Amino acid sequence: MNAVAAAAPDTPVARATLSLADGADGSLILVLGGRLDAYSIADVWTQARAAVAAAPTRRIVVDASAVDYCDGGGVAMLVDLLREPRAADAAISVRGLRPEFQRLLDQFDLSVLAEPAHAPPVRINAIEEIGRAAAQLGRDMRTQIVFIGETASALWYAFTHPHRVRWKDVWYTCEQVGANALPIVALISFLLGVILAFQAAVPMRQFGAEIFVADLVGLAIVRELGVLMTAILLAGRSGAAFAAEIGTMKVNEELNALTTMGLDPVRFLVVTRIIAAVLMVPLLSLFADLIGVLAGGLTMLSFNIPIVTYLKEVDSIVDLKDVLAGLVKTPVFAILIAGIGCLRGLQTQTGASAVGISATRAVVSGIVLLVVVDGIFAVIYYILDI
Amino acid sequence: MSPVTSGDPIVRVEGLTAGYADVVLLKDVSFTIDRGEVFVILGGSGSGKSTLLKHMIGLYEPMAGHVFIDGDDIVTADGEARNAILKKIGVMYQSGALFGSMTLLENVRLPLEEYTTLPPPAMDLIARMKLELVGLEAFSGHMPSEISGGMQKRAAIARAMALDPNILFLDEPSAGLDPITSAELDALIRRLAESLHITFVIVTHELASIYAIADRVIMVDKRAQGIIAEGDPRVLRDTSDNPWVRQFFRREAEATESA
Repeated sequence: MNAVAAAAPDTPVARATLSLADGADGSLILVLGGRLDAYSIADVWTQARAAVAAAPTRRIVVDASAVDYCDGGGVAMLVDLLREPRAADAAISVRGLRPEFQRLLDQFDLSVLAEPAHAPPVRINAIEEIGRAAAQLGRDMRTQIVFIGETASALWYAFTHPHRVRWKDVWYTCEQVGANALPIVALISFLLGVILAFQAAVPMRQFGAEIFVADLVGLAIVRELGVLMTAILLAGRSGAAFAAEIGTMKVNEELNALTTMGLDPVRFLVVTRIIAAVLMVPLLSLFADLIGVLAGGLTMLSFNIPIVTYLKEVDSIVDLKDVLAGLVKTPVFAILIAGIGCLRGLQTQTGASAVGISATRAVVSGIVLLVVVDGIFAVIYYILDI
Repeated sequence: MSPVTSGDPIVRVEGLTAGYADVVLLKDVSFTIDRGEVFVILGGSGSGKSTLLKHMIGLYEPMAGHVFIDGDDIVTADGEARNAILKKIGVMYQSGALFGSMTLLENVRLPLEEYTTLPPPAMDLIARMKLELVGLEAFSGHMPSEISGGMQKRAAIARAMALDPNILFLDEPSAGLDPITSAELDALIRRLAESLHITFVIVTHELASIYAIADRVIMVDKRAQGIIAEGDPRVLRDTSDNPWVRQFFRREAEATESA
């Protein structure tokens, strides 16, 4: 054997080595040496496989007597070489492996590992996927209708038995949904007022009509934008929070615990949140209206229109009917946001990503529903001439 | 309690003080674990045994003291040095903590992908062999949610072994398992310890498991804020003069017999 020197067996080396040699009987000898572990064998593994593949008709002997260390990674490489099906006169064998490493190798059944890995269950084809999605949509609709019914009945029960409502939870949720949302609602409606006023004032100044910016800002914010922006903010903030809270409870089997205690999760979790939202969203919307209108006034100062003049103009165009037209929508929006958030939470599947999916779905369907319902209100107001 | 040393220590805990906020659970705890032994940390609920384990694997920072893994201090190491220590250990968490979005094979492959430059088929083969060691090769394409709790724990052991660590830390391996599955897991641990010479550090309070697997145990207790007993579990059961140790073994024994 004209072996190329591997590392001497007693010197500790961190690398694996491979050299090829020709045996006396015409066989190919793969001389392995050094340390065979998952970090060191990447190159050697590829080279050894190539050498074996290049000699399909020769007997192959893997000489492992110079191997100092061999763990699961090294054994895997040997298994990989040995598991290839080959002709009887071109078999592969391993020699010189130290007994403690040989024992590791002997644990494995090569015939099992020669089979391809068990494939993941087959993916379904596109048509089946569409069918499943359609069926899922149908089930989803059904769940939503059931949920609306359950919630309505639970709300009616809460209305007729107010002492059974968990008011402590309601006040806590009010704080989360209402008080804690004040800064963000203030910021967004302030910027909304400023932007609206500024964008309108620049072209209107060309006609000397800056004062009518007050009409525009007042009507737009009070009838539409203050309410809608607050609702969208809440869908992103509280709708997602409801879905995540209830979703996590579902994943932790807390919902099952409620059910087996005979407590209806809808009454326990959904009703309190809907009541809190219905109480808070009108207040937040009113707050957003005030800040937005005021922000418009502050912007108009830079166009030489005093605050008093601005507010007087707003007062002359915006009447109680407009304020109410905006605020009437808020309880509906509140029920939508809280309801959708809770529903998505209750629909949470298992697994780490499930809660995230529920929160996303809560925000998306919440905002879509808000815009649709706002459109319906606009049509109704138009027909009723409000 | 003074550290007891024998043979060739692979883990050395020195003067460890640990707890949460202002609650000290363990005070000035020292002990060593020898290479190749199955070492069990036991104690009642709230005794700080899981806390001790989490300090030994570097998840928590101790209030004082050091933990040496194969000579390197995991408490002070950071960056590359810390990663080098973490490669020497594998951890199985109480729930298994398999990644739910990956198949078993992908779970076991993940550390290989991140830490080695092996060709992908080689990683697949190593991962399959680890699963074969725990008897789950046939399930390599399954998702964690499709297999039972006991299988998830075995798969978690396979993942912990992906990089051939010297030490495996197991947090409550038999929690939530039926007696048969639990016994199978004990046999697996024993087999891996003997065939692969892996050092096992196991937190448990299952008396049956302790007798089946442990070479040596330490018992921690919150009243003592530290180790109250150390040695062979059968010897402790029969000869310990510490009332808390006797109570632990006797109570658990009664509960096991009547169950």
